[in-house]
Amino acid sequence: MENGRQKQYFLRKIKNRIFLLAVFSCALIAVLPLLFVLGHVLVKGLGAINLDFFLHLPTPVGEAGGGMGNAIIGTLILIMLACSIGLPIGILGGIWLAQFGEGKRGFLIRYSADVLAGIPTIVIGMFAYALIVIRMGRFSALAGGFALGLIMIPTIVRTTEEMIKMVPRSLYEAGLALGIPGWKVTLRVIFRTAWSGIFTGIMLAVARIAGETAPLIFTAFNTPYWSFQLDQPMASMTVTIYNYAISPFDDWHAKAWAGSLVLIFAVLGITLLVRKFSKQVQYG
Amino acid sequence: MDSVKDIGISEPQRIRKIDVFKLNAWFDDKQALKNINMKVYENQVTAIIGPSGCGKSTFIRCLNRLHETVSGARSSGDIFLDGENILRPGFDEVVLRRKVGMVFQKPTPFPTMSIYENVAAGIKLYGRYSRSDLDRIVERSLKHAALWDEVKDVLAKPGPSLSGGQQQRLCIARALAIEPEVILLDEPCSALDPISTGKIEELLHKLKKEFTIVIVTHNMQQAARVADYTGFFLLGELLEFDVTKNIFTAPRNKRTEEYVTGRFG
Repeated sequence: MENGRQKQYFLRKIKNRIFLLAVFSCALIAVLPLLFVLGHVLVKGLGAINLDFFLHLPTPVGEAGGGMGNAIIGTLILIMLACSIGLPIGILGGIWLAQFGEGKRGFLIRYSADVLAGIPTIVIGMFAYALIVIRMGRFSALAGGFALGLIMIPTIVRTTEEMIKMVPRSLYEAGLALGIPGWKVTLRVIFRTAWSGIFTGIMLAVARIAGETAPLIFTAFNTPYWSFQLDQPMASMTVTIYNYAISPFDDWHAKAWAGSLVLIFAVLGITLLVRKFSKQVQYG
Repeated sequence: MDSVKDIGISEPQRIRKIDVFKLNAWFDDKQALKNINMKVYENQVTAIIGPSGCGKSTFIRCLNRLHETVSGARSSGDIFLDGENILRPGFDEVVLRRKVGMVFQKPTPFPTMSIYENVAAGIKLYGRYSRSDLDRIVERSLKHAALWDEVKDVLAKPGPSLSGGQQQRLCIARALAIEPEVILLDEPCSALDPISTGKIEELLHKLKKEFTIVIVTHNMQQAARVADYTGFFLLGELLEFDVTKNIFTAPRNKRTEEYVTGRFG
């Protein structure tokens, strides 16, 4: 009798250990790829990174030196374009959903935003191609920014909505009770209170579109030159990395790694900054 | 109870600030207020008592038309403020709320604003004021709310950094800053400790010299301490309205007597 109980006890202990081990290993496996990617990109890319890489244009094959300066600027411009489309629509749409989106219309819009978020980004790129590139007769930064802006919208809409809904109604009523018109209460009290959360959402959306390649291939396309005109093709880091990576040249491969390194650390930097600054607001 | 006239309020020289006639209020299909007739006298404290869910809060939220901002909520009847019907269609609720300020049960300082900005919020978001005007109004309001001495050196600190009782007085200061004529308080002390409660009651005694005050309270001792008039609500009806002394010592209605003596509710 006593023996049997002892045996059960040990069996249970062992099962417990096995389970713990399984859970922990899976958690570890989930993190490992990130470490491997970071390590690999560091090893492969660090060698090609120097000041020239950030400041200079790509050089023709076989010629030493050169960099990705135009692609870095291009990606920044494309992100700004995307934000100028995605942020106003996303934020105002999110405010509407949070404050008036209770009925059928709200449901439809919320549902559409979720569907839009699930559409593969290459399809969004094709949409921008059909809508803008074909009509303009050429690839352009505008088309690229439009595609990236569309990708941002659902994320921004939903984070804005969630963050505004987290602000208690009592604050809205407190504003109204002071004789402040409703729209002003929304903008000056509610939005301001929700802002740090909304900002987090914005930065995460920016980090996401910074790494998009597919929607840019047939919208902004690429160019080996400095490009600042919005109606002309524009270089971006992701498409440049893509072109370099599938090329047969060692020098370009090294630069593709270097580009990946810069991109990954930029995104990582954004994410860490967001973590640091997005402290939760206390609600009275 | 069909009319307030026959109650025979003992001090007839009082000026009527608010006159409520046949007020009904609903949340969707649920009727929260039934045929309320009541008066609020100028420079007096009027307390609204009654058990939870009896319509006390809904009643005072009708007085600044905050009730109707909840989706599905509506009301009927007439409420006269200085003889003007505020429930009349087309009456500007923003103008009304600048005359009838409100303090809520839970302190509601705006979390992203400093103490100073909180007090200035109502006037700053309404019109243009010079910095010196704002300074003056903020100081005056905080002094009025008996909070100035405690916060004058930390005006730039966030509003929610104050203690609960201080936050509530901050909200009173914020309501006073827009210079209302009537102040509605919806259970302002129910989240506060006895000392903070005492401070706010003391404050009400001072404020009624300049303002008309309507206070909803769960605490009958509080009503007895601060109010000149008291209305007893039950299940959405105003069962009794009289000078406070009569409500607590010689109530006409049996239900009122049962409630104020603690036999139910």
